[in-house]
Amino acid sequence: MSLSSEILIKMYRAMLRIRRFEEQIWEVYTGGLMHGLAHLYIGEEAVAVGVCAALRDDDFITSTHRGHGHCVAKGGNLEAMMAEVMGRVTGHCRGKGGSMHIADMSVGILGANGIVGGGFGIATGAALSAQKRGTDQVAVCFFGDGASNQGIFFEVMNFAAIWKLPVIYVCENNHYGEYTPTENVTAGKSIADRSLPFGIPSTTVDGSDAIAVYEATAEAVERARKGDGATLIECDTYRYRGHHVGDPGEGYRSKEEIESWMAKDPIQLLRTKILDDNIASGAELDAEEREVEKEMENALEAAKAAPYPDVEEVNQHVYA
Amino acid sequence: MSMREMTYGEAVKEAMAEEMRRDPTVFLMGEDVGKAGTVFKVLLGLHDEFGDDRVIDTPIAEAGLVGLGVGAALTGSRPIVDIMFGDFIALAMDQIVNQAAKLRYMSGGQAIVPITIRSTMGAGRSSAAQHSQSLHAWLAHIPGLKVAIPSTPADAKGLFKTAVRDDNPVVIYEDKMMYALKGMVPTEEDYTIPFGQAHIKREGDDVTLIATSSMVHVALDAADALAEQGISAEVVDPRTLVPLDRETLIESVVKTTRAVIIDEGYKSFGITGEIASTVYNGAFDYIDAPIVRLGAMDVPVPFSKPLEDATIPTPEDVIKAVQDMKIR
Repeated sequence: MSLSSEILIKMYRAMLRIRRFEEQIWEVYTGGLMHGLAHLYIGEEAVAVGVCAALRDDDFITSTHRGHGHCVAKGGNLEAMMAEVMGRVTGHCRGKGGSMHIADMSVGILGANGIVGGGFGIATGAALSAQKRGTDQVAVCFFGDGASNQGIFFEVMNFAAIWKLPVIYVCENNHYGEYTPTENVTAGKSIADRSLPFGIPSTTVDGSDAIAVYEATAEAVERARKGDGATLIECDTYRYRGHHVGDPGEGYRSKEEIESWMAKDPIQLLRTKILDDNIASGAELDAEEREVEKEMENALEAAKAAPYPDVEEVNQHVYA
Repeated sequence: MSMREMTYGEAVKEAMAEEMRRDPTVFLMGEDVGKAGTVFKVLLGLHDEFGDDRVIDTPIAEAGLVGLGVGAALTGSRPIVDIMFGDFIALAMDQIVNQAAKLRYMSGGQAIVPITIRSTMGAGRSSAAQHSQSLHAWLAHIPGLKVAIPSTPADAKGLFKTAVRDDNPVVIYEDKMMYALKGMVPTEEDYTIPFGQAHIKREGDDVTLIATSSMVHVALDAADALAEQGISAEVVDPRTLVPLDRETLIESVVKTTRAVIIDEGYKSFGITGEIASTVYNGAFDYIDAPIVRLGAMDVPVPFSKPLEDATIPTPEDVIKAVQDMKIR
């Protein structure tokens, strides 16, 4: 499966957008411009981008508490996302969801979710709905290594298997469930193995390699659209930062470990690939970077200038 | 209005069949809902008409089952999810409380979640503590959910059809002891009952008996006996807990000046407390006697028949509560 230059550049740009968005969040948080929590995706960009590059606009995703990357990759609007994180009325959810609940139904983002494993039921149900409505849409459920120990993971794999649902479970194994090393609390050799008893094929990919993630997803999407059912993809990845913005991410992780992952940075990997294959020049990629930088600045300025919701809104949208 | 006599169970099935005929995005899924027609047999025949695609037997996995329903509802389907015993809703609480109830609000009004969750309530079948509870107060506590609790075949049909057409998550509780209860039911396809409209099941002047689900029949029996003693009892059924028709409840007590509230949920922290507070606040200047609350005894529902019976409010309990008010 060879990717067009256009898609590779688009993926590069999408990863940059996520990275800059998250760096900006860090500044916004430490600058006192946002309240509450945010869980940064820096280091994991290749997963969201590789997966979403293989999806159509009308496909569905469910996201996690560490969800900004998924939303950017699936087509969320940077300005509306930043405004949402800052609790402004121009946010995707009018400031009612915040960082952990960004949703944009218009591009199939069924919502980030504050409950670990909260997307399993929703994504599998979206796949059921697509099947019932006779479309060829697929649903992707992003989840972490931590969520792989939630009981509902096993329930939905059973449903997906018996009904051959067009759903793709994408595990982002970043090796820590909050502060706890995954291997301390997770039985078995790999999370990918967990779907095999259900007859759901699985694969493990290098989550720093956007192209590898794309290829695995494209194969799963093809299987799902054909009516051949679900796939589990485990992506080996790492978050550079702590569990959330208030956690420096050190102490429970060694400096060497963090540095070893940063040495194979997903954005640098794709940049090298693009340059080596003469798909674009360094100057062209730098120009992409400057454009993303500008886009980010505009998004931040717009979000900062946007008003908070009127208090009268507080009891709106409880019911349809 | 053309009417036909049918049982409560038949009314539920007819509501479901009509809605499935009307709207191709409606489907039913649950444990044993297919050929078996549920463990209570009330949906027998539905699978014959709609087949495997729309009347779907599922694994015994309540969290996943409701979770799939929520996802399907978010993306253009209108699922009806059957949770065999209300007690089993405990297994699906995250999906109902943290997902279904909140997705519209958290998305700033982008999402609709038109899922109907039907389940059962009620003790009296010697089924012990895990198959007998009436836990509707749990869900009535959560903003974003609607809760319906029909007491008659006609209400069951009308409220069920409204539930399926509602764009919000609705939980509808059927008392499994009432499936064989007969009554006249409107037969036209567009018969629905709006949520948030209490129904006066019997008019009276001396005391208001506010009752839900099967307790409506306990209250009606008590009202018959009280009439023989010269006491005129009004029986009011809220029909939906969320939204709750507070006005009708208050108006009735303003008229009668006294109230007994009867609900089969546990008495403590339950529906009767919410309604009593509503009535106290709304009818304070008119109230002539302390409001009495009757609910299930605060114990796990016991197996042994004499013990189980002792936990559920009876007409005698209602009569005694009214007599203690010394109306005459």
